[in-house]
Amino acid sequence: MATETLHHDAHADDHEHHDAGATKVFGFWVYLMSDLVIFGSLFATYAVLMRGTAGGPTGADIFELPLILFGTFALLVSSFTFGMGVLAMNANRVGQVKMWLAITFVLGLMFLGMEIYEFQHLIHEGYGPDRSAFLSAFFTLVGTHGLHVMFGMIWILVMLVQLSTKGLNDMTRPRILCLSLFWHFLDIVWICVFSFVYLMGVL
Amino acid sequence: MFGKLSLEAIPYHEPILVLAGIVGILGGAALLGALTYFRKWGWLWNEWFTSVDHKKLGIMYFIVALIMLLRGFADALMMRTQQAIAAGGSAGILPPDHYDQIFTAHGVIMIFFVAMPMVIGLMNLVVPLQIGARDVAFPFLNNLSFWLFAVSALLINISLFVGEFATTGWLAYAPLSGIEYSPGVGVDYWIWALQISGVGTTLTGINFFVTILKMRTKGMTLFRMPIFTWTALCSNVLIIASFPILTATVAMLTLDRYLGMNFFTNDMGGNVMMYVNLIWAWGHPEVYILILPAFGVFSEVIATFARKRLFGYHTMVWATIAITVLSFIVWLHHFFTMGAGANVNAFFGIMTMIIAIPTGVKVFNWIFTIFRGRLELTSPVLWTLGFIVTFTIGGMTGVMLALPAANFVLHNSLFVIAHFHNVIIGGVVFGMMAGLTYWFPKAFGFVLDEKWGKRAFWCWLIGFYVAFIPPYILAFYGAVRRMQSYPNAEWQPYMIIAFVGALIIMAGIACTVIQIVISTRNRKAYEDVTGDPWDGRTLEWSTSSPAPFYNFARLPVVGDIDSFWSQKQRSNEQLDNAPYTDIHMPRNTAAGPIISIFAMIFGFAMVWHIWWLAAFSAVGMLVSFLARVFNDDIDYYVPAAEVERIERAHQQRVEAQA
Repeated sequence: MATETLHHDAHADDHEHHDAGATKVFGFWVYLMSDLVIFGSLFATYAVLMRGTAGGPTGADIFELPLILFGTFALLVSSFTFGMGVLAMNANRVGQVKMWLAITFVLGLMFLGMEIYEFQHLIHEGYGPDRSAFLSAFFTLVGTHGLHVMFGMIWILVMLVQLSTKGLNDMTRPRILCLSLFWHFLDIVWICVFSFVYLMGVL
Repeated sequence: MFGKLSLEAIPYHEPILVLAGIVGILGGAALLGALTYFRKWGWLWNEWFTSVDHKKLGIMYFIVALIMLLRGFADALMMRTQQAIAAGGSAGILPPDHYDQIFTAHGVIMIFFVAMPMVIGLMNLVVPLQIGARDVAFPFLNNLSFWLFAVSALLINISLFVGEFATTGWLAYAPLSGIEYSPGVGVDYWIWALQISGVGTTLTGINFFVTILKMRTKGMTLFRMPIFTWTALCSNVLIIASFPILTATVAMLTLDRYLGMNFFTNDMGGNVMMYVNLIWAWGHPEVYILILPAFGVFSEVIATFARKRLFGYHTMVWATIAITVLSFIVWLHHFFTMGAGANVNAFFGIMTMIIAIPTGVKVFNWIFTIFRGRLELTSPVLWTLGFIVTFTIGGMTGVMLALPAANFVLHNSLFVIAHFHNVIIGGVVFGMMAGLTYWFPKAFGFVLDEKWGKRAFWCWLIGFYVAFIPPYILAFYGAVRRMQSYPNAEWQPYMIIAFVGALIIMAGIACTVIQIVISTRNRKAYEDVTGDPWDGRTLEWSTSSPAPFYNFARLPVVGDIDSFWSQKQRSNEQLDNAPYTDIHMPRNTAAGPIISIFAMIFGFAMVWHIWWLAAFSAVGMLVSFLARVFNDDIDYYVPAAEVERIERAHQQRVEAQA
């Protein structure tokens, strides 16, 4: 697509070609907004059910803030490294883009490792998602975010392959931009999870 | 190996289901056989199934919707038959469990698999043409959306012969839909059919929202867009904002059922009213997703056939926007009896009544468009007039239901049934029938037979009133919805009248089928070569019928509202003689159908707890999506010479006709 499009754009019509890359990014923004509604529904459900502990533990009983803080920082730093990756893309440095994406991937892996450890620890203690409505809502909200991070990481791998085979072009650039939006979006959602679920939970 | 699936799942002890199964299998086999015999598979696959052309996708949406209409209507007839018989101790023909499946399937099918695909199908067919675009923003996703919907429709139909369908009512209220009270696979079929088609609908919402905002032709500002495009835009905003709520809610119900979680259970801290709140936070916007595009159709039809610009274009747009916003703050009126308290109920009651104001604005706009126009009583106009009367009545019974005090009496009664059929048949169905008749020539190049179209209209209109006035009356005698049988024999005459009404509606559906068959057979006589059979006002009529795959050889430039009309008024204006240019088009792709088939297998495997198959098909979805992502060859250029050849052939046909 890339070469053909570029070649064509060079000499022809400006009126019929809407900028395909910009349209993609805009469409991705709209998708993120709809995804936000999913998180909104889960947050609302959590707010309603957080007191439904059914004699089981409350948030204050089970949340281990130091561990969560470690994961939180891993994710926050990963947003920064991704930002560096986009800057490298704007400077047309493929090698650097790949490096920053790889670092972002590792940080994402650390975050996910933290979450998996937390989940399996809780389940091991007998505080699995079937224990109470509070735990159902907690596992689902946090787990949905974790699932998103996992898909983001698969996407990073795909982009690493595509950057190696195709380089930076009209197809990969909007994808990196969309992935970066996705990653920052997950960061923002996590800040809400951290404040609303963990910090308020231990208050 | 096969999870919960065994031969026990085949309902061979129920004659009606066996019959339906045999008819379904034989019909399917006949269709597949015919396709093989006439060697049409390649054509079907290359020209239709893998097509990313929004017009073809629109047609396919409509075909599936019409087939599902027959299924949903068969359910309706069975219910009316049952209630006409099962009075005063009679058991009727349907045992309670089967009856419950039927009313659930009827609701689910009519909303998700008839009304939604008709609305989305019309948007597909019309919106890009109305805004002067060559395709939608994301053509591959458009194809994928269609297939996710189509395989979900198939999954629903599989539940007829393999296992059972939900007995919970169309919204599967918890805790009835929880694993404790619905241990069978019925609710699981409901879950996965909705979840898969819901993803497709969300993608459609995003796709058309971006298309309308980003792909409009030169000069078409937002306030020059045709009203149908405006209503489609608002409808897509509602899809984007509300369908994720459905996704999340159904996912939580899934977790309750599959992993023993406690979102919506009676014990362990669960909250069943949370389910009802969430499902209606989606459900109420959903009814506006359906009705807004129908309003759009009526606006186009009435302006075209009254030969006048729509009265109050701007108020029409703002009324549509107002309804879009208000639709999100009325959901609680579906369960005033929850006990949220007088203040909460009063708020939602007042908000609900306020919606009547923008709707009233629209009604007056349509009436004033007719006033001093030269209204031609074609069948689309008849549907519109029938709508104005019927929908107004339905709107007023809606305002009655919006009074919390009255609602405590009317809740769960046949009054509710009569009300929403009043607005959905009188609004959405009439709108889609009007739209089908109005835009059919744009899709196929010939108009539909008017005589049979008018017969269909009169059958539907009369049939509707005969079928749904009795339930309004019965509600005042205390009849509730979803009765398999009732002891009071005095209700029976009303039920028999309602049954007769359903038969009249059936005649209406038959008229539509006859209309399509007759018109297709005489398509030479009904041919429209001009592309503008109604002397239309908007851009879709400025191109040939059926529109070429690239829609417009030269992209139109728009100067005002109804720009095609004003262009025709200026008439003898010199035609655009600029040379044709190469046209950039997306390639067809098999990714949509393949991903969707894996999605259907995934849904089926999840329903029956066949975990290995679920894992396999999930990987299948991922791999086929990645294959698409790694494919660079997704678009091409139509050479200017080819465009010229197609356009010249069209001009010659027009000249030959003249």
